[in-house]
Order: sequence, then C-alpha cells, then structure tokens
Amino acid sequence: MITYLDFEAPIKELNEQIQKLKESEVKTGVDMSNAIKDLEAALVEKTKEIYSNLDPWQRVQVSRHPDRPYTIQYIEGITNNQWIELHGDRTVKDDKAMVGGFGMLEGKSVMFIGQQKGINTKMRQYRNFGMANPEGYRKALRLMKLAEKFNKPIVTFIDTPGAYPGLEAEERGQGEAIARNLFEMMKLRVPVICIIIGEGASGGALGIGIGDKVLMLENTWYSVISPESCSSILWRSWDHKVTASKALKLTADDMLQNKLIDGIIHEPVGGAHANRPEIFETVKHEILKHLNELESMNPSDRVNKRIEKFCAMGVVVNN
Amino acid sequence: MSWFKRIKTGITTKSMEKKEIPEGLWYQCPECKSVMTSEQHADNQWVCGNCGHHEKIGSREYFFILFDEHEYEEVAENLTSGDPLSFTDTKAYKDRIKTTIAKTGLKDAIRVGKGEIEGQKAVIACMDFGFIGGSMGSVVGEKFAIGVNEAIKHDCPFICISKSGGARMMEAGFSLMQMAKTSAKLTQLAEKGLPYVSILTNPTTGGVTASFAMLGDINIAEPKALIGFAGPRVVKETIGKDLPEGFQSSEFVLEHGFLDYIVSRNEIKSKLAMSLKMFSPNS
Repeated sequence: MITYLDFEAPIKELNEQIQKLKESEVKTGVDMSNAIKDLEAALVEKTKEIYSNLDPWQRVQVSRHPDRPYTIQYIEGITNNQWIELHGDRTVKDDKAMVGGFGMLEGKSVMFIGQQKGINTKMRQYRNFGMANPEGYRKALRLMKLAEKFNKPIVTFIDTPGAYPGLEAEERGQGEAIARNLFEMMKLRVPVICIIIGEGASGGALGIGIGDKVLMLENTWYSVISPESCSSILWRSWDHKVTASKALKLTADDMLQNKLIDGIIHEPVGGAHANRPEIFETVKHEILKHLNELESMNPSDRVNKRIEKFCAMGVVVNN
Repeated sequence: MSWFKRIKTGITTKSMEKKEIPEGLWYQCPECKSVMTSEQHADNQWVCGNCGHHEKIGSREYFFILFDEHEYEEVAENLTSGDPLSFTDTKAYKDRIKTTIAKTGLKDAIRVGKGEIEGQKAVIACMDFGFIGGSMGSVVGEKFAIGVNEAIKHDCPFICISKSGGARMMEAGFSLMQMAKTSAKLTQLAEKGLPYVSILTNPTTGGVTASFAMLGDINIAEPKALIGFAGPRVVKETIGKDLPEGFQSSEFVLEHGFLDYIVSRNEIKSKLAMSLKMFSPNS
C-alpha cells in the first residue's frame, strides 16, 4: 500500500489508471502495453514535474513520509547488512530512539549512529518517534569515543522531530547531554560526516550533528524549530505552519546558501522512498567521496577546520 | 487559614505582569508581598530582604554587583542583529529589533565586560532577558565568541551569566548553529587551560541550556531559578500530568547532579571570587 501526500494526487491518479489497465489486460487478454507505456512515461514526467517544484512545506511533508527509509535501513543498505548494533550508554539504559554500531563500508570499518523512527504504530512507540532521551545522546557519545579510540570514521544519520521533552529527560539532564555532545564532537580526532535523512529538528538534531561535513538529503529540513511549533509560538496558532516553513529557510537549498551545511545529496525522482536501492547507493557514494577527502588531512587540521567552520556561522552588523 | 491556597506559581503568570526591574519608589515582592523601597531592594542586590526572592535583573546590574568598584570595560558593544533571513512573523524581525533596542537601551540579549573580581582579571558575558526573552541569535553567539577570545588574550577566566528562553526563532538555522559556535569556542578556552564558570539564573532554558550554560567547569545557579531544556508547559503537555513541585528549579537540578552549587546573589561575588582563586595557577 503506497502512501500519497496531498500534493501527490496527480501521481496517485496516474498510478491507479496504470493499475486498472494492467488488471483489465489480465482479465480480457487484450494487449494494452502501448497505453500502459504511455501512462508510465506520463507518470515519470508528472513525478519529475511535481518533485522539481516542491515548496518548503511540501518538502517538510516528504521528509516525514511514512515510507521513507530510516537510519537502520540506510546502515543495512549501505553496508550490505555487514553491521553490528551496539547498545547502551553504560549509565542508565539503552535508548531505542538512538541506534549505532560499527558497519563495513567497502571493506572499511565505520561507526554509524543515528536517530531511529518506527515503521508502524507499535514500533513508533518503541522508538519513541525518534525522540531520544539523554541516555540516547550519551550512548551516541560513547560510540563516537569508541570509534575515536580505534581510529574509525563516524557517520551520523539525523532524523528526529526533536529531543524528547519528558519529565525523566529533564531529570537526567537533556540539556547537559546535548551540550556535552556539541563540545566533545568538536574535538573528535576522526572524520565525522553528518547526514540529515529526514527531520532535523533543533538541538535534538544538532546533538549528533557536529561534523567535518554536514550534508542534507534533498527533501529534508533542518532548523531551530518545526514549522508547526514556530507557528504556534510566533503566530499563536497552528494555522501558519506553511508560512512558518517558508520563513524559517529550512530546506537544504536555503541551508546551503546560508553556509550552514556543506552539501546536498540528491534524491531519486519521487523522493528517497521511491527508489531505496538508488538512494542507498547515492549516500554510500557520497560518504566514500567525503571520507576520502577527510582522511587525507591530518587530525589536528581537521579538528581546527571543523571548529573554525562553526565559529564562522552567524550574521551580525557592527554599527 | 484560608480556604484556597495557591499551590502553583510562575506558569500561570501572564506576560503582561512580568517585569524586568520594577519601576517607581516602592517594590513589592511578588512572592511574599512584602513592601520595601526600591532603593532598599537595589541595595540588597534586588533580592527580597524578607523571603530571599531573586528579582530578574540584567547585565547592568550583574556587572555592577560583580566587578570591583563597579568598573568594567565593555567589549563589542555595537554589534546588532543582521536579520539574515529577512524574517517576518506578525511583525518584521528588523522592526522588532529596532523597537526592542529603543525600549531597552540594549543592542541585543548579551553584553560582555572585562574587569576584575576581587582583584582577579575576568571576562563576563551576561545575558539580558529583556531583549526578546534573552533569546540567542547570531549576536549572542558572536559576542560570546569575542568574550572567549578576550579571556584567552588576557589569560583569564571566562564567566557567562545565562538568562534566556533559548534560541531566537527569527534567525532559525543561524540561531541553532550558535549552540555549535559557543560550544566550539569553549573547546578553545579549555585548550588554553582557562576556567569557564557558567552561572544559570532565572530562567535558563532551551538551546542555551543545551549548549554553553551546561558546559561550565563549574555550573552554579541562583536559588529557585527555572532551569531546563524543554519549558515546563511543553513537558506538562508531553506527559499529560501536573508537574511535581519544584520541578526544574535550581534545587531540583542540583539534586539531579547538574549543578555544582547554588548561591544567593548576596554572596555570589565572594563565592565566585573564591572559586576562581582555586582555579588560578598561582594558588
């Protein structure tokens, strides 16, 4: 069962027509391959047309598409299932909203870490909707330090509606956990690549988002707040989420233009979920390309460059 | 004994009733309702002489309290926001900045001063809640960075007094990255072996808590300050239950292990000076 977003209605219609023709072909035995071919070509064109003109709010919707691949699927796809998940922060518990472990990438050991969303109602609860608690950030840091110890590069996949704003999260220091990661990630002596694969919401995203290369998939968003929450705070109503999504300049294009990220990874026509093997291959290629460049630098230079990059962010006026 | 007892404070206060520093000749404590002259109140560092309630104060007052002879040199005082996104909500961000500057006499939500604390050189960055809720945008990040550079230049400790609702939405991605920027600067300070003292005051929440406010070599707080990552309203909505009494107060945060100590504003200067002395290579 394919899930369609509201602006995908024309795509849905074409798909249904194709389906009908195929069914009647089987039923009647009449050859309809030409008509089907035409419709399929029209479908590709329509999808291209729609996806090349997405507005920010539509991109936010695609970033949350329930069929979109999540962190573990990326890791499995990229490593060809050659990975071992590692659990726990060694202090409180194992946070199911944050996953990580070593995986093999073209014969190379890489530490993969990321927020994990669930694929159905039950799993969504199990994964806490991809909202990590402090122990999730501390588990991520533990794994990063482990990678650093054995001189292995780190790749993080960011996909979260935010760090969990719960009671226990406050008791266990959600703020401190994220802050500590920002501080420690700045100094990691191994290459760090961060990729936003879905939602990049605020400090919860940034908590695993300090890297030598920060990349966004084409249909993702990254900002200080979600358009809905922004609307409710600044406009005092939920009705301005579309306006807020434009005002926040949260798309990959905007973020790159403002030099707040280092690159954009293009998605297959119709979004990452439309062709999983293709997006896994693209992401793998991007990781290898950037690792190649980053590994040629000496660690101290790499760390200094990372620190300087973040220090240069911001626009002020001196009167 | 009354029939009705007020068990909750803070959350239900309308923003209309919130005031930075009370004006006029008299001050009435919002907690215990006792009345004193504004002069008495200021002489007591804006702490209620009766119940110890710490009134919200700004950078001017903190610099006055902390620096020897109330003397300091302000650094980068003319930086203002560049409105990088041409942001408009119900009001253009540019206009919001202009009116706030006119209203408060401040340029943004942080000021940086250098001077001496009981004879020890120090750089203090202090946030002003009166400037768009003490929110952190590019100017806060940049002035924090300049403050760290000054501390490195003068080989002295860096102190930051936080008082902020978190990141400034009108600078979206830019304000988010100030969390990264301030943390990056702190790695440079740490590299030089210079102390960073974070002082958390009422309120310190959101992106400020999740970056520099929690990264002190020591974290200290004023009594009964609201300190947290998510605001109490958000937490309450998330868990669908009333919050326990004292949740996210300084005392709660100390109890859970994220503060080194709580100190009254009346004693903050002497205790801070002693703490700095203990970090000094000369002691």
